[in-house]
Parts: sequence; structure tokens; C-alpha cells
Amino acid sequence: MSETITLEVLRYHPETDSEPHFRSYTVPYKDEWVVLDALNHIKDNLDATLSYRWSCHMAVCGSCGMMINNEPKLSCHAFLRDYRGGVIRVEPLDHFPIERDLVIVMDSFMDKLSGVKPYLIPKEDRPLAEGEYLQSPAELNTFHRYTQCINCVLCYAACPQIGLNEDFVGPAALALAHRYNLDSRDGGRDARAEVVASNEGVWECTFVGACSQVCPKQVDPAAAIQQIKISASVDWLKNLLTPGGYR
Amino acid sequence: MSRRPYVRKVERSWWLRRPRYVLYMIRELTSLFVGLYCALLVVGLVRLAQGPAPWDGFVAAFSSPLGVAVQLLCLVFAIYHSVTWFALTPKAMPLMMKGEPVPGAVIVGAHYVAWAAVSAIVLIGAGV
Ligand code: SF4
Ligand code: FES
Repeated sequence: MSETITLEVLRYHPETDSEPHFRSYTVPYKDEWVVLDALNHIKDNLDATLSYRWSCHMAVCGSCGMMINNEPKLSCHAFLRDYRGGVIRVEPLDHFPIERDLVIVMDSFMDKLSGVKPYLIPKEDRPLAEGEYLQSPAELNTFHRYTQCINCVLCYAACPQIGLNEDFVGPAALALAHRYNLDSRDGGRDARAEVVASNEGVWECTFVGACSQVCPKQVDPAAAIQQIKISASVDWLKNLLTPGGYR
Repeated sequence: MSRRPYVRKVERSWWLRRPRYVLYMIRELTSLFVGLYCALLVVGLVRLAQGPAPWDGFVAAFSSPLGVAVQLLCLVFAIYHSVTWFALTPKAMPLMMKGEPVPGAVIVGAHYVAWAAVSAIVLIGAGV
């Protein structure tokens, strides 16, 4: 018989289940298969009722994040060969409500993301006739890595502070705020500060660093957050030292 | 279709679930020992201000086996704290030179050099 591997998948159907439970599936083992391939095999051949999100199968769309053996990972990026000889436990991402099987409810993340105003807010309005806003490669370099986020929310599943306080704005949204704050064409730092530099913003972060360790795109949100803390502190101090400036 | 999202509870033992959380908690714990050592130094200053006899008593207590053990313990935790902090510094203080990021190893290395320099100055000042 050819080699197989076992997946234990957390299942939850709100119509029939009072709480989630594991179900075991045995699938063919293939060196080139990722966990997502194994789930597709289950869905196509063993159990069509299994629900999960995916699209690109190439670590681009960010929709296939799952807990794989307790680690937040893109299931299209987690090779079976790295789990050979063992059982693979697949669960929905930590710290999010389960909609159904491996599908999480992401509304809280979407709200946080839009809350940091993740778009260019020009310093002053310019007539169109004045042409485009120019930027040098060096200026682009200051924030380029923070543009790489694919909103996979692995960092939210990794962050214990998100688990302890669901209102924490969290790694990806703060990294994106930092991306725009650093952009030479942007003037929206003060407009973002209300959320970004609040208690639920960067100050909820205790620098565990797990977000940056699990990020599949090397965005390094932990770095972004620490840098915001420093600039927010400098702002606060400046404000304090300006006569009549402290609000 | 009925929606009934299921919310999983965070257990009190969450930090035992992953080695990286345990290491983080140890790092948080180290600050207690760094604080303890600072408090001991303040006690020493107070003793010094009180005159030669209290100061000698303080020095004797610090040199006793228990005193040495406490200091060693604080030293171990302070080193763990410093080493892990240095490792994190490139994140908090990224530097750009000529439009390119300075490699993390250089930033971390500079912290060790500064640490060695300050230690040397303190040791020379103390007449060691
Ligand atoms: S920062 Fe990284 S881990 Fe977090 S959502 Fe973006 S790509 Fe995913
Ligand atoms: S399927 Fe698109 S990131 Fe995995």
C-alpha cells in the first residue's frame, strides 16, 4: 500500500454541533503536497461537507490561514513532508470566532483595518495640473516591507495580547498604519494617532514578537509597532514641552 | 442558514502552549530581578548616607554567601534580559544609511560594543 498521512481536522457546523470536535481523515502522502492539497483531497473524495477558505494556492491571497499543529500557517505553504510520520492537526486560526469548520469570522479585523485609515492622506490638496506626487527609491525603501502584507491574519492568531484583549488593534493593522505614516507623500499621521497611539493601539503590545515570527511575508509588524511607540512618545513629550500644548 | 459563531476561550495557561510564549514570560519575569537589584542598590545608598557602621553592615551582608547568591541570580536574569533586548533592538531602532537598511547584526553588535565599553569604564573607575 502506498504511504498515507492522517489529518485531524476541527469540525463545527452551527446547525447541528453545540461545539467543535475533531475528525480524522487519512489521505495519500505526496512529497509535493501541502496541507491545502490534503484538504482538497478530503473535500473532493472523502467528505464534501468540509468548509475552508482558499484561492491562490501560492501564498498570495492570504485566505488559507489555519492552525497547523498549533502554529498559525498558510495551508498552501505548509508541506506534508515537514510533518511526515506524524499526525497533522488542523484548526481554525486562534483568537477568531469559528463560522464553520476552518472558516473564521474576520469582521473584527476588517473594522480594525479600516480604523487606521490605511490610505494616503495628502499633506495638502494639490490641483491635478501639478502632476503626480514623486517619490525616490530611498523614500520607498523606508516603508516597502510594510506594503507586503496579504491580510492573512496569522499574526493575530499568534499574538497572545489579541487573545487577552479582543479590542487590541493588532499587528497587521498597526503595521499598515506605519506604512502610510512613513510614506513621504502622506500627511495623515495625526489623523491616525487617535487609534494607533491609543491604549488599544500600540500600547496594548508587550513586544512578544510572535507576529513577526509567523508572518509569511516578512512584514515584521512587531518592528512597526515598536517604532510607532517611539514616535508617539516623542510626540507626547514635544506636546508636553510646548507651552499650552498639552491637551 | 443559521449563523452561530463559536468563540473559543483563552485558558489561563495560554503561555504554556508554545515555547515562544514561555520564553516571553521568562523575559517578563527577569524584570522583577532587575528591579530587585536596583532596590538593593538604593538600600546601599541609604546605608552609606547613614554613616560608616551601617555601610559596613551592608557590605558584609552583600558579601555573605546569601548576598552573593542573590546577586548571582540577579546577574543571570539581567544577562538574559539584556541579551534578549539587544536581539530585539534592530526592530525598535532600524537605521537607514544611504537609503539602505543597516543590517540587524551591525545594530546588535554596536550594543555589545557599547556594553563592553561601559563595563570597562565602570571597572577602571572602581579600580579593578
Ligand atoms: S503582517 Fe504578515 S502575518 Fe500579519 S496579516 Fe500581514 S502578511 Fe499576514
Ligand atoms: S491559498 Fe492564497 S495564500 Fe494560501
